[in-house]
Amino acid sequence: MENAFGLIYTGDASMQLRELTYSRSVAAVPFGGRYRTIDFMLSNLVNSGIYNVGVIAQKNYHSLMDHLESGKEWDLHRKRDGLFVLPPFVTHDNTGVYRGTVDAIRSCLGYVRRSAQDYVVLMGSHTIYNTTFNDMISKHIASGADITIMYSRDDEVDRKNQYDDLRLKFDEDGRVTDLALNPASAETPYRSCDAFIMEKTTLEYLVEDAYSHARYDFTNDVLVRNVHQLDIRGYEFTGYVARLNSINDYYRHNMALLDKAVSKELFSHDHPIYTKIKDEFPASYVGDGCAVNSVVADGCVIEGYVKNCVLFRGVHISPGARVTDCILMQGATVGEGSVLDSVILDKSVTVNKGRNISGHRTYPVILRKGTVV
Amino acid sequence: MRKKKMIAMLLAGGQGSRLGVLTKSMAKPAVPFGGKYRIIDFPLSNCVNSDIDTVGVLTQYEPLALNAYLGSGQPWDLDRMNGGVFVLPPYVSGSEGQWYSGTANAVCQNIPFIDQYDPEYVLILSGDHIYKMDYAKMLRAHEENGADATIAVLTVPMEEASRFGIMNTDENGRITEFEEKPKVPKSNKASMGIYIFNWRILRPYLLDDDADKASSHDFGKNIIPKLLSSGAALYAYGFEGYWKDVGTIRSLWEANMDLLGAEPEFRLADKEWRIYSKSPAMPPHYIGGEAEVKNSLVSEGCVVYGKVEKSVLFTGAHIGKAAVIRDSIIMPNAVIGEGATIEKAIIGEGSAIGANAHVGAERLPEDGEYNTALTGDITLVANSVNVPEGKRIPVGKIVE
Repeated sequence: MENAFGLIYTGDASMQLRELTYSRSVAAVPFGGRYRTIDFMLSNLVNSGIYNVGVIAQKNYHSLMDHLESGKEWDLHRKRDGLFVLPPFVTHDNTGVYRGTVDAIRSCLGYVRRSAQDYVVLMGSHTIYNTTFNDMISKHIASGADITIMYSRDDEVDRKNQYDDLRLKFDEDGRVTDLALNPASAETPYRSCDAFIMEKTTLEYLVEDAYSHARYDFTNDVLVRNVHQLDIRGYEFTGYVARLNSINDYYRHNMALLDKAVSKELFSHDHPIYTKIKDEFPASYVGDGCAVNSVVADGCVIEGYVKNCVLFRGVHISPGARVTDCILMQGATVGEGSVLDSVILDKSVTVNKGRNISGHRTYPVILRKGTVV
Repeated sequence: MRKKKMIAMLLAGGQGSRLGVLTKSMAKPAVPFGGKYRIIDFPLSNCVNSDIDTVGVLTQYEPLALNAYLGSGQPWDLDRMNGGVFVLPPYVSGSEGQWYSGTANAVCQNIPFIDQYDPEYVLILSGDHIYKMDYAKMLRAHEENGADATIAVLTVPMEEASRFGIMNTDENGRITEFEEKPKVPKSNKASMGIYIFNWRILRPYLLDDDADKASSHDFGKNIIPKLLSSGAALYAYGFEGYWKDVGTIRSLWEANMDLLGAEPEFRLADKEWRIYSKSPAMPPHYIGGEAEVKNSLVSEGCVVYGKVEKSVLFTGAHIGKAAVIRDSIIMPNAVIGEGATIEKAIIGEGSAIGANAHVGAERLPEDGEYNTALTGDITLVANSVNVPEGKRIPVGKIVE
C-alpha cells in the first residue's frame, strides 16, 4: 500500500469537446469502446496500490456519480478509505460555485486533512494513459522536491485547441526552471500529463495561500507563479498519452486504438483498466454482418458492414448498413441500408433506415445523446 | 438469521466425466460456456432474476476453480447482508464426516445450513444445465397446487423419452408415476432435475433416506419414488423454452452453436433476463484489417486477425493471421497460431495451437486407432495444451 491518496479534479472546462460534454463532465466522457475517461485515472491509482481516492465533482456530475456508484468496480468499495465523491456544497464562506481549481480543492481540504496518507496524487480528468505512480512517488520522496509533475514528450502545439498545455523546462539537475501555460510555440517538448505529486501539507499550504490572495487557478496561480520559489521536478512518462482537448483529439485517440501497439499500451495485462460492468452478452455477428479493423464491445449485434470503427457496448448495425471511420457509443442503432462515414454517435442515438450521414476525418459529425435521425 | 421463504441448493459436485479432459481440473459447473460465461452463471442468474437471494453451492470435485470464480458472489448481486451465495463442501463434524454420496446425501449433510434460514421451501438445482427459467413462477404453481413437491418437466420428443426420468401425471398435473429411463414411456414429460420441496416435508425424508443403507441417496432414484409411494402431493411444472444438459462434449458444442444466428435457439441478448458473470476487465475485442468474422460470437479481450465462421470465441482468445476457425469453440485465452485451421473443435482454456496446425483434419489410416466414444466427430484440445506447429489432429481425437 502506498503512503498516498488520489485527488481527481473533474471540473475541467470542456468547451472544446462540444456536444460530448453538454450533459456530462469530461471525466464521464465515454472512451475506447467501454470506458469513461475517469476509469483510467481510477485504475492507475488502484494499480499503484492507492485505495483512498477523492473525486472532486463540479458540473454535470450526475452521469459521473451514476458511473462511479460505490466504487466497487475499481475495488474502491472499502471499509477504510475507498472512493469519496466530493460534490460542491454551500456554506457561509463557500458559494458552491468554484471560481477555479484552487477553490475546488480548498472546499475539499476537509477530506485532504482526514486522509491518513502523507502524499497526494493530484490529477485532472482529460488526459488518458496507463501507468502506476509507485516509482514516481519514491523518486519524489528521494529528491526532496516540493512537487513532482508527470510529463511526456509532445512536440507540437495546437494553437486552435490549446487547453491546459503546461510546458516544462529543466536545468541540468532536473529541477523545473520554467513553466509556461498555453505557450504560442513549443519551446520545449515536455508537456505535463496532468498528474502531480506532493505532500498533502504542501497542497494545503499552497491552496490556502493562493486563495487568500484571491488567486483561483491551480496551474497558473500555484504552479506557474511559484516556479522559482518551489522545488518542482519532472517525472517522464514514455507511454501513450491521449489528451482529450478537442473533438479532433477525441476522434484521433479513439481511432488510435485500432493500432494494436497503442491498445496494448493503454490496456496492459498487468494493469487492467476497470470500468462499470454492464453484463452484456458477447458481440454477435449475424448473417452477412462483418467488421474490419475495428474495436467492438460486448452487447453489439452486427448485421451490416463495419470498417475502421470503435463500437461501444450494445450497438446495433442493421443489415445493409455501412459504417466506416465512426465512433458509435453505447446503445446506438444504425438502421437498414444507412451509410455513415466519419460520424460520432453519442449514447442511444438512433439512425433510421436509409439515412446517409458523413463528416470528414478532419471534422467528424457529432450527433448528440438520444438524437433520432 | 432471518427467515427466508425459499432458498436454493445448487448441486455442483459432479465430476462431469463425460466432458472428458475439460473437467480434469475443474468441476463441471465451472466449465466456460457461451463466450463469457461459465455453466453455473445460468442457474445463479436464474436465482437472482427470480428473487432468490440465498444459494448454497454443493461442491466436492475440484472445487478450486469454482470457489475462485464465485468469490463473494458480487457479480450476481449475491453479496448480501442476509443470505448470499455459499460454497458448501463436505465437512467433518465430531468424529463423523464423509464425502457426498449422492444428491440427496449432499443436501442432507447440509440440513444445518438450510435450517439457519428456516425456509418454507427449498429449491434443488443442478449446475450443468443451460436455460433461462423463472423459479418464482414455479413456486407460484407449487403454492397454488398445494403441493408437497413440484418437479419441473420438459416435453421431449416421444422417441427420446426413454433417455430421461419420465413423469406420468393425471389431468391436474399431479404426478401419478415416476419412471427412470423407461423402455416403453407412457408420457414425454421429462424431469429437468429442478425440484421445489416443502422443507418441512423433505427434511425427514432426507434423514430417513440417509439411514437407508440400500439407498443410493439420489433425488430422482430414491427421494421422489419414496415421496410418491407415501402419497405425497407431487406436481409437475411444465417448462417451455430452451433447456440443455451440457454434460457431454457433443451437447456442450451444440449448446454453444445454439447461440448463433439472427434467431438463435437460445437467446443471450435478453435485457429482461440478463445472465451475469464475473468480468475479467478486458478491453473490447479487436477485429484486424484482414480478418473476417461471420455468424459468430466474439467476447471482450479477443483479437482476431484470421477468418472465423460459425464459432464462439471466448474472452481473450487470439486468432492469428490467415487462421481459419469453423464451427468451433475457442475457450478463454486460447491462442490460435498463424495459418492454423480449426474445424468443428473445442479448444480448451489457455491452450496454444501452433502455426499451420490443423485441428479436426480428415482421419487418415496413418492416424491409427483412437477412441472417439466421448467426442464423435468433434475434436477436443484440453486446457493449457501446446499443439506444435504444423501438427495434424484428426477428427474426434482428444489431445491432452
